[in-house]
Amino acid sequence: MPDILSIFIPACLRYFEGIEIVPIAFEVVMNKPLNLSTSLPDGNGMFGSFGGRFVAETLMPLINELRDEYAAAKNDPEFQRQLTYFQNDYVGRPSPLYFAERLTEHFGGAKIYLKREELNHTGAHKINNCIGQVLLARQMGKKRIIAETGAGMHGVATATVAARFGLKCVIYMGTTDIERQQPNVFRMKLLGAEVVPVTSGTGTLKDAMNEALRDWVTNIDDTFYIIGTVAGPHPYPAMVRDFQAVIGHETRRQMQEKEGRLPDSLVACIGGGSNAMGLFHPFLADESVQMIGVEAGGKGVQSGLHAASLNGGTPGVLHGNRTYLLQNEDGQIVDAHSVSAGLDYPGIGPEHAWLHEQGRVEYVSATDDEALDAFQICCQQEGIIPALETAHALAEVAKRAPKLPREHLMVVNLSGRGDKDMMSVAHYLGDKFQ
Amino acid sequence: MNQANSTVGTKRLERCFTALQAQNRPALVSYLTAGDPDAETSQRLLDGLPEAGVDIIELGMPFSDPMADGPAIQKAALRALEGGQTQAKTLEMVRRFREENATTPIVLMGYYNPIFCYGVERFLTDAAKAGVDGLIVVDLPPEHDDELCQPATRHGIDFIRLATPTTDAKRLPTVLANASGFIYYVSVAGVTGAGAATPESIERAVADLKRHTQLPIGVGFGIRTPQQAATIGRFSDAVVVGSALVDCIEQASTADEAVARVHGLVRELSASVRSCREEEAVS
Ligand SMILES: Cc1ncc(COP(=O)(O)O)c(C=O)c1O
Repeated sequence: MPDILSIFIPACLRYFEGIEIVPIAFEVVMNKPLNLSTSLPDGNGMFGSFGGRFVAETLMPLINELRDEYAAAKNDPEFQRQLTYFQNDYVGRPSPLYFAERLTEHFGGAKIYLKREELNHTGAHKINNCIGQVLLARQMGKKRIIAETGAGMHGVATATVAARFGLKCVIYMGTTDIERQQPNVFRMKLLGAEVVPVTSGTGTLKDAMNEALRDWVTNIDDTFYIIGTVAGPHPYPAMVRDFQAVIGHETRRQMQEKEGRLPDSLVACIGGGSNAMGLFHPFLADESVQMIGVEAGGKGVQSGLHAASLNGGTPGVLHGNRTYLLQNEDGQIVDAHSVSAGLDYPGIGPEHAWLHEQGRVEYVSATDDEALDAFQICCQQEGIIPALETAHALAEVAKRAPKLPREHLMVVNLSGRGDKDMMSVAHYLGDKFQ
Repeated sequence: MNQANSTVGTKRLERCFTALQAQNRPALVSYLTAGDPDAETSQRLLDGLPEAGVDIIELGMPFSDPMADGPAIQKAALRALEGGQTQAKTLEMVRRFREENATTPIVLMGYYNPIFCYGVERFLTDAAKAGVDGLIVVDLPPEHDDELCQPATRHGIDFIRLATPTTDAKRLPTVLANASGFIYYVSVAGVTGAGAATPESIERAVADLKRHTQLPIGVGFGIRTPQQAATIGRFSDAVVVGSALVDCIEQASTADEAVARVHGLVRELSASVRSCREEEAVS
């Protein structure tokens, strides 16, 4: 333990050099410009040895332009005012921090709060980021938006903001995911987006991301690529984190109001890691706050059929950044497996890889079966149908909460709602509902 | 020790360009993916390239997620990986090629991850030993030169840089800073196998590059036919043909047919490239 601390504390101090911590008694934070400044990543987009800008030369000038544009927007009061306006009046922020009384009783331990990101417009946290990026796209004069999507929640959020701002929208989605997330495909089309089926690889999220990158290098002049998670080349991991950090900032204030103190632990599921990073980041400097990221364990990390990059992967370079990846010893990416399309990705955002190596955040995994169990408990105890992605976070709560004292304040990021998952869940639980 | 070995390697690319300059013709550069369609056929394809008229060989290291490649080369990578191709086997192909051929430069082309996982130092040592002359790594921009470019140069392996239509005057010095071997001008913003830019715009871009570097300029992406190769070869130091050759493999139903088709197209390209500047002198 002392060893870990002696490595961890100086690293954290370095990390927070230059960060302005939002004062705790900050009442009207949502109407103020968000403080988006941090000291990592470094100038090359690195979080320690992770991150970076591993892209083809064609894209370098584009991501550098985006970096500069975003750096300016961070300090532009007008941009921040617009961001706050759309977050409040269009997305519906702040999202409630809800005391889940029945879930707390059910598990009989920690006091469980749900951060209700599923109540946002379009039903997930994804739109927090999309609103930010579309404002940038508009500012840069881009006319065409592209995105990759797995569960379809990011695709729907992107199609939504593209419609709102009158921009053309193309969404890349793997054929496997199109099949298991039909309602979202329909929603995207209704919103005016073109949904391009991706057949390469396993037809899941990573293949959709490859195809979106191919589109981007081909359409360099008019196209803005809205990456949906804290991955990709610099500045995406930092930028998406900053747009999602509204989750953590609100949680901090709301917990202060309700309990008069900081939470003791934060739990979130991890696909690329954006909802987790959004919740965690504003608390990273608070030593007393424990953080747990839950990867998709699929059929179990031992089985090899999973999507747990930190628990079952090794460092490598994919999609513009160095991070932990599921790959063979020859550096070929292997397929991820998860019941949840949004977690079915063989990588993870580089900042998570860094936090993992620093030991600041604990990364665990939940299997398909555990997630499906937790999914049902949440439906039955709270009347909230969570996304299958979110159910992975709830599965960790099921393991952890019963062992904790009643005073322990646990926040779970309820990252999305589960309407989209009805077909998958019916398929898995079919027998029970005959 | 590497230094001594690799000096020979470095010289191979340099010597090749010097010799061709004397003949006043551009180099024909071919791209094939190592292990496509299978290990044995791939070796036959490789070994026969110089005889068919290739001056510089680009050999692709297959990667599961080739983000910068179009469908033809994506499929080639999949065929190779399904056949069990690995980084070690690709290096072994080069070593075997070098048993018979000591002059034709070989440039390995691909993505960073398979090299990173092999281990950069170990890879460079083994590549130099096998007789590799240069590397083209698509997803390593100059901002990450400390990862592989600089170590490669220390091993005497050239690091060939890509310049693209988006590389503007401000960025060009960064791109050229640690480049060696030659500069590969990617003539269209897009993936491999996509459409071609107009010869006029390519000629302008090549002239621009020549003002900033002494290195030879090769042009690739979108060059498929002997006619296109000749047009581009009039003003560039090298023309690169990839997807069109890879397509020959896909279209063939037997290994022999694949070899015949690939080497057949190479012969046509070679003839065209060899005479492209003569025609110009005549007309
Ligand atoms: C509801 C929900 N939660 C979580 C995720 C996983 O993404 P991330 O880890 O970036 O939050 C997704 C992705 O589609 C999602 O739809």
